Amino acid sequence: MSVTTFEKAGRRWRGGYAFFYLGFLYVPVLFLPLFSLNDSIYIALPLKDLTFKWYATLWTNEQMHAALGNSLKVAVTAAVLSTALAMFAARAFTRYSFRGQRPVLGLVMLPMVMPEIIVGVSLLVLFSQVGIGLGLHSVAVGHTLICLPFAVAVLMSRLEGFDKSLEEASQDLGETGWMTFWRVTFPLVMPGIVASLLLTFTISFDEFIIAFFLSSTEGTLPVFIWSQLRFPNKLPGTLALGALILLSSFFVVALAEWVRRRGSGIGGQTPL
Amino acid sequence: MSDVAMTKPGHGTPSGLRRRLSRFYRASQALRGLTLASPALFVVVTLLAMPIALLVLYSFWTQNYVDIDTNLTTANYEKIASRTIYLKVFLRSVGISGLVTLLTVLLAYPLAYYVAFDVKRRKVIWLILITLPFWTSYLLRVFAWKIILGYDGVINSGLAWLGVIREPLEFLLYNPTAVIITLAHAWAAFAILPIYVSLEKIDRSYLEAATDLGDGPVARFWRITFPLSLPGVIAASIVIFIPTVGDYVTPTLVGGPSGLMIANLIQTQFSKANDWPLGAALAVASMVTVTLIACAFVLIAKKLTERIG
Repeated sequence: MSVTTFEKAGRRWRGGYAFFYLGFLYVPVLFLPLFSLNDSIYIALPLKDLTFKWYATLWTNEQMHAALGNSLKVAVTAAVLSTALAMFAARAFTRYSFRGQRPVLGLVMLPMVMPEIIVGVSLLVLFSQVGIGLGLHSVAVGHTLICLPFAVAVLMSRLEGFDKSLEEASQDLGETGWMTFWRVTFPLVMPGIVASLLLTFTISFDEFIIAFFLSSTEGTLPVFIWSQLRFPNKLPGTLALGALILLSSFFVVALAEWVRRRGSGIGGQTPL
Repeated sequence: MSDVAMTKPGHGTPSGLRRRLSRFYRASQALRGLTLASPALFVVVTLLAMPIALLVLYSFWTQNYVDIDTNLTTANYEKIASRTIYLKVFLRSVGISGLVTLLTVLLAYPLAYYVAFDVKRRKVIWLILITLPFWTSYLLRVFAWKIILGYDGVINSGLAWLGVIREPLEFLLYNPTAVIITLAHAWAAFAILPIYVSLEKIDRSYLEAATDLGDGPVARFWRITFPLSLPGVIAASIVIFIPTVGDYVTPTLVGGPSGLMIANLIQTQFSKANDWPLGAALAVASMVTVTLIACAFVLIAKKLTERIG
């Protein structure tokens, strides 16, 4: 009897703690939209008045639009390239077993645990030594590298539960290798591909250090935000931008979850 | 794909042919596997292994204003070893990251435990709620702490508004404590998720067996749940420790002069000081330090797991 009351108390304590911890995670983030509505360039309590004027300044900020365009270009490139590379690699690791598989997998996953500053600096040295100038292309290359392990992880978890016999059945019924891939494998892997694209896009879109080192005059959105943080009069506009990024990431996460749930109906169980 | 069918020997297949076929099958598996993995491998080798090798080479060169002297010398490393400022910043970075790792894992564990064991339905909602803040701009999440802790920040202006303080508190921002708080917030999900996954994987029948055999909740936790969750704790620690040692954004925004870390030193050499070889040497030295500490940590954790298991 005393055991169950002890366990109940523990559960209640953890429940309270969990809500408190969520508060710690959310309160700082929610200050961004809150102060973006403040009618004063000073970020301080109490709020002076509510206004949407900082959002209006974003509408005409051409520098910001250019940075946003750069970010979109880089993120789409990095997402497509890393997901394409990862698709082959993930299939190699889940479908075939070969000697040296673990070291090769370890090497491909390495960018995930490298400090980004090392990746940025070493790529900077490489580009300057080879004589390739810096620009959006060098940022996209760096982002593809750091997105690759995440794409491999997502696609491997999708392919691991993959039922080989479906492909064999297709071949027994007379389909060619390519048609089997197109009509059986691809539709089954599709949710994993979409999840990988969304994840890598988001990682690239938010990445700062590598873009900071490898961009020249054309910066990505985080590089633009970084340049704005030094000017107090630019801050409310930057906060408004941050609030919009927050809102769009809500949307992307919801979309990813929706795709994942739709996809979990076929091809067996997905974790969580 | 048809090679699976090929290895299934027919009734009359001679054993020599069968052996040859299975050898061919294994060789073709390796070939297909390596062919498929090769584009990714090529990218990692050309964009990570080669640049790092080049960085190591660079660290043995020297630079005089714009001219790079490619004679190999250990001058950069001697400079790093001889000036106490470098050693101090290295130790500080490792110390800050170590504390951040410890703090984040300790704070994350009960939450991961709550979601894994206490939440029955709606686990996905909890996981989404935990990860959602991490999809916003990292820069602005760090900046949010400057808004909270700053001289005119939320805490100071809030306390002044309430009449608790007259003068703003200056010890909140621009010190190592501000860096630790900010990093513990910024990396929380990277601790919660691996620990949650390892807790979720625990076979619940072990816990029932322990209860049946007379273990109370505390003994059950220390003897079963905690040891089985160690892989998640180790993964979380490594995932937080390595990137935070090299973090640039947080020390720059909230660290102040006493909170600067390795990445700030490296960046200075590559931009303002324009001494790339010295910057490369600092990068290599930090990479070696981080790798050694991570390896030591994994070894200790392995020994610990073996002893408990």
